Amino acid sequence: MTQLVLFNGFNGLIVGAFYALMALGLSLIINLTSVINFAHGGFLALGAYIAYMLIPHIGFWGALIVAPILTALLGLVVERVLIRHCYGRDPLYSLLLTFGLAYVFEDTTRYIWGAQSLPFQVPGWLMTPLSSDLFFLTGYRLFMVVLVAAAVAGLFFVLNRTRLGMRIRAGTLDLEMVSVLGVNVRVLRNLNFGLGIYLAGLAGVLAAGLLGLQPTIGDSLIMPSFVAIIVGGIGSLTGTLLGGLLIGVVSGITTIFFPSASEAIIYVMMALVLLVRPRGLLGEEGMKL
Amino acid sequence: MNRASKGLTLAALWIVLLTMPYWMAAIGGYTELATRVLVLGLAAMSLNFLLGFTGVLSFGHAAYFGLGAYGAGMTLKYLLPSTPLAILVGVGIGTLAAAVIGALIVKLRGIYFAMVTIAFGQVFYFVAFRWSSVTGGDDGLTGWTRLPIDLGVANIDILGNDKIFYYLVLLIFALATGAMTLLLRSPFGRTLLAIRENEQRARFLGIPIERHIWLAFLISCFFASLAGTLYALLNNFTDPRALHWTLSGNFVIMAVLGGMRSFWGPLVGAAIFVVLQDYVSSHTQNWMFFIGIFFVLVVLFFPRGVLGLIRRKAS
Repeated sequence: MTQLVLFNGFNGLIVGAFYALMALGLSLIINLTSVINFAHGGFLALGAYIAYMLIPHIGFWGALIVAPILTALLGLVVERVLIRHCYGRDPLYSLLLTFGLAYVFEDTTRYIWGAQSLPFQVPGWLMTPLSSDLFFLTGYRLFMVVLVAAAVAGLFFVLNRTRLGMRIRAGTLDLEMVSVLGVNVRVLRNLNFGLGIYLAGLAGVLAAGLLGLQPTIGDSLIMPSFVAIIVGGIGSLTGTLLGGLLIGVVSGITTIFFPSASEAIIYVMMALVLLVRPRGLLGEEGMKL
Repeated sequence: MNRASKGLTLAALWIVLLTMPYWMAAIGGYTELATRVLVLGLAAMSLNFLLGFTGVLSFGHAAYFGLGAYGAGMTLKYLLPSTPLAILVGVGIGTLAAAVIGALIVKLRGIYFAMVTIAFGQVFYFVAFRWSSVTGGDDGLTGWTRLPIDLGVANIDILGNDKIFYYLVLLIFALATGAMTLLLRSPFGRTLLAIRENEQRARFLGIPIERHIWLAFLISCFFASLAGTLYALLNNFTDPRALHWTLSGNFVIMAVLGGMRSFWGPLVGAAIFVVLQDYVSSHTQNWMFFIGIFFVLVVLFFPRGVLGLIRRKAS
């Protein structure tokens, strides 16, 4: 029993780490520009497929570094060409635009790479279990947790210790004032979007190694990411991280007792949070949206 | 637009709707397509009650639409072979869910409201998807059909004759849109407009905002689940896709495409969307790609919708 709880709890933690990576990217974009990026799952899938194409040439490690960067570059272009037209307008329009983009992404990946699942090679030594007692603890899973932790640490470093991060945080509070102080807001929003998409691409490469590669890979991750943001509290990145891990673990442990409710449980959690604390666990009162 | 031309437009609209099954075939359509336009038009109009007239961005209306559909289908399959009862049960279930969820979210606004409505919609999707012994899971709820309505004096064969079913749907559509018009003209409806225009000022006037938004949400979901029951009866089938958030997105694009600020706009949007989807998906497998591009184009070039565009040209 203990092992079962441990197994599912750890599994949930890994899934939660994906949710958190996705949700952090989404949160970054929402906080600065009030755009809910429905196409986030599409970017994630694209990151995974780019990695799939790169692996034969530069290996898994090369792809792990290059694929998210390429995805982020595409994100920069998409922001410049399409998303920016939605700033300052009713949030409805950005929802619809990115919703349409999600359709386009999914169908494009299906058209190029086919609807069937593709094998995704990760180095063999990562796939062997670390110990016979804890059979579920393969190196890849552990490696993923470490990598997600590193990515999150990197993100918080960028936000808290660099000039770009400082401007993003300031822009979240008052973008107009940041603009008046001489910061090029167009570039700032562009880079911020790219940063969010980078996280999606990274999550894509990691997810492909665990779940296999198919065009709908982002679909199952985007809704829980929304829930993670709501549970954690809009406006707080720490909250988003916490929310992602929390719903992952709760969903994982529910699998033991009531497997068919493992997806629905996170929405029940969201309902509870909204009932008790509408602003989310770490959300700030009266956050402007 | 003055009164006379408004009346004329309305008359023309109803003539089109009343005669649709008879010329649909001539332009390459079929009766079922006409019924689908009505049903999805009703769903989009019900969403617009909230979106266009209360100013609240709900992105999860497929949940109530789908609950209506499942309610109707499961009534016919498990409970009683009666089409009117199926509609009542479907609407009841959808509205009940809306009452509970509405109470949880009335305090939220803007994109927060949108996100929570999207996310809540997924609960019902997963229930329908996972509880396959009852709902049929991913394969959908099959093994039932809509049944002829026996009025005692006459038997209305809505199953065998799809034109008769169209007119039944049109009758319900007329009643529903009539009710929505009356609601919007009532002091309650005017208050909703006031909330849309300036929530803070409305609050200062002593209007209980939360209660009004909750009621508007309830009314909107009532009509959305009504449309859902009709959709299930139309197809004699329903599956989890009727609950999925992608359908919610389609409702929103219909409302925007037709024109959010006009009462009949969403119906026009639904007609364009349904016909386009039917056409594209019969010509290419990659219909999602083209529908997606269509979304992007609407947002970039037609944000006011077809009727909004016409109105601006006219003035």
